[in-house]
Amino acid sequence: MDWQALQISLKLAFWTSVLLFPLGIFVGRALAVRQLPFRPLIQSLIFLPLVLPPTVLGYYFLVAIAPDAALGAGWQWLTGRQLAFTFEGLLLVSLVANLPFAIQPVQNSFAAIDPDVRDAARVCGLNFWQALWRVELPLAWPGLLSAFLLTFTHTLGEFGVVLMVGGNLEGETRTLSIAIYDEVQALNMTAAGQMSLLLLTLAFVSLLLVQWKTQRYSDKGHL
Amino acid sequence: MSPGLEVSLRAQGQIPLEMDLRCAPGEILALIGPSGSGKTTLLRALAGLYTQVSGQIRCQGRTWLDSQQGLCLKPEQRWVGMVFQQYALFPHLTALQNLTLAMSHLPRQAREPAALAWLERVNLAGLHNRLSSQLSGGQRQRVALARALASKPDLLLLDEPFSAVDQVTRFRLRRELALLRKQIDIPMLLVTHDLDEALQLADRICVLHHGQQLQCADPISLMQHPASPDVARLLGLQNIFSASVVAVGREGLSLDWAGCPIKVSQPSEYAIGDQVTWIAPPQSILLQRPDRPVPGDSENPIAGSITELVLMGPHASVRVLPNHAPELPLSFFIPLHYVERQQLHEGMPVTLSLKAHSLHVF
Repeated sequence: MDWQALQISLKLAFWTSVLLFPLGIFVGRALAVRQLPFRPLIQSLIFLPLVLPPTVLGYYFLVAIAPDAALGAGWQWLTGRQLAFTFEGLLLVSLVANLPFAIQPVQNSFAAIDPDVRDAARVCGLNFWQALWRVELPLAWPGLLSAFLLTFTHTLGEFGVVLMVGGNLEGETRTLSIAIYDEVQALNMTAAGQMSLLLLTLAFVSLLLVQWKTQRYSDKGHL
Repeated sequence: MSPGLEVSLRAQGQIPLEMDLRCAPGEILALIGPSGSGKTTLLRALAGLYTQVSGQIRCQGRTWLDSQQGLCLKPEQRWVGMVFQQYALFPHLTALQNLTLAMSHLPRQAREPAALAWLERVNLAGLHNRLSSQLSGGQRQRVALARALASKPDLLLLDEPFSAVDQVTRFRLRRELALLRKQIDIPMLLVTHDLDEALQLADRICVLHHGQQLQCADPISLMQHPASPDVARLLGLQNIFSASVVAVGREGLSLDWAGCPIKVSQPSEYAIGDQVTWIAPPQSILLQRPDRPVPGDSENPIAGSITELVLMGPHASVRVLPNHAPELPLSFFIPLHYVERQQLHEGMPVTLSLKAHSLHVF
């Protein structure tokens, strides 16, 4: 077991999930509730990472963070470091790659709330933020949980985009899925098997948790 | 500034509105009209949930909307209680929590006792810990009404509040609202598509069509003197005909209805020769068998025959073709016992008597 790779994977998954969580709430709610101009365009851009080969996303990201590109130059000016083959670069591309997982479940949850319930909250004297906190977020809770866990689990298993943008630098960008690949290449099937089993268990438990929580919420009549 | 609700609203576009309404404290004003007539849009505009409107809304001395001044209060600033068609209870909260959430005007420690008192007033004592999914339709409706009133609103809006429950519950809830309203001293607007509901509960009824108010009147005046044929049709009234004025006197009008003279006891501004529309409301029609005439009930006699007799529970729907104009049938309901006693049947010759003081000319 490559404990360092596991640590980097967990760190990447944690920060990706935490940073995308509030973004998922506000973009997901806006897409579900508001009459946005260019909605199909926004929705397509968000879903693009789901259908795009990770290598293509990785390639365009590498182009964008090159030292002579705006994003790469800006980052270098701010931090004195380049983004390619660093944990920060990995995190940034991971945020983009996981947008659909962070937004879609939240969007579905907000869309499932009866519009009259939303209106009733305002008529009952709650302002927008109070209505969001006391009524909408508790009702959208299964979607929020799904988004967090799916983002976390998907990031743990991310391979193509990680390899393209992060490379395979031990202690910096070498994640568990890359480590598995390395072990298979070295015909060390026992280590690859242990790490694969860990990822499989984490993914399965996450999905089970999502299904269980959603079912419980539905049984209580909240959905 | 007078108490109560004063509304002057205009809206263009997809949902046009042209409304000028008043509703006094303690008064129930029913808004009726077909789908798309603007009833729910008006209610949402009053609550501040629909803002594509211009004009003025004043309630209980406060201005909620003044387009000229650029003032438009948010829903939470208007102090409105609203009962939604499907109740819109917060499904993750208990009945008690649904009420306390709407009681931000009270100190935190006073909310729960006040909410419990409201639940008791709507006959829900002991059910305060139930989620809405654990309540029946009638109980949900009561929670919704209690929640709307618990916020101590300046205006109560009821959007088809009884449409989602069965008929037995509906009658019971209507009765409860009729009792409860005596203790409520704020303006109340009731949107309904059920004319009976409006007639039973409302002090005044406003008929809406295509976003415009056609007539606002008390229930009896509205049913006896609809302002126009359109209002009469929207109220479901039948027997609307054309005629020409042949005489005008102090006692009323004489009409020529397809060759049949009709007297109407209605002072009016009509002149001889005017083409008018007249209506025979249900209460104006008496049916008699020619062989069993009722002395004294012979105003505007019209000879004809029964062409349709349909038994509908305790009533029968009757359609009579006048002999002088078979293309202008009169339709009305009569009690079933009358059908049985008079042994009425299809094809039977009958005489209709139209009471002059109950007929109405537009």
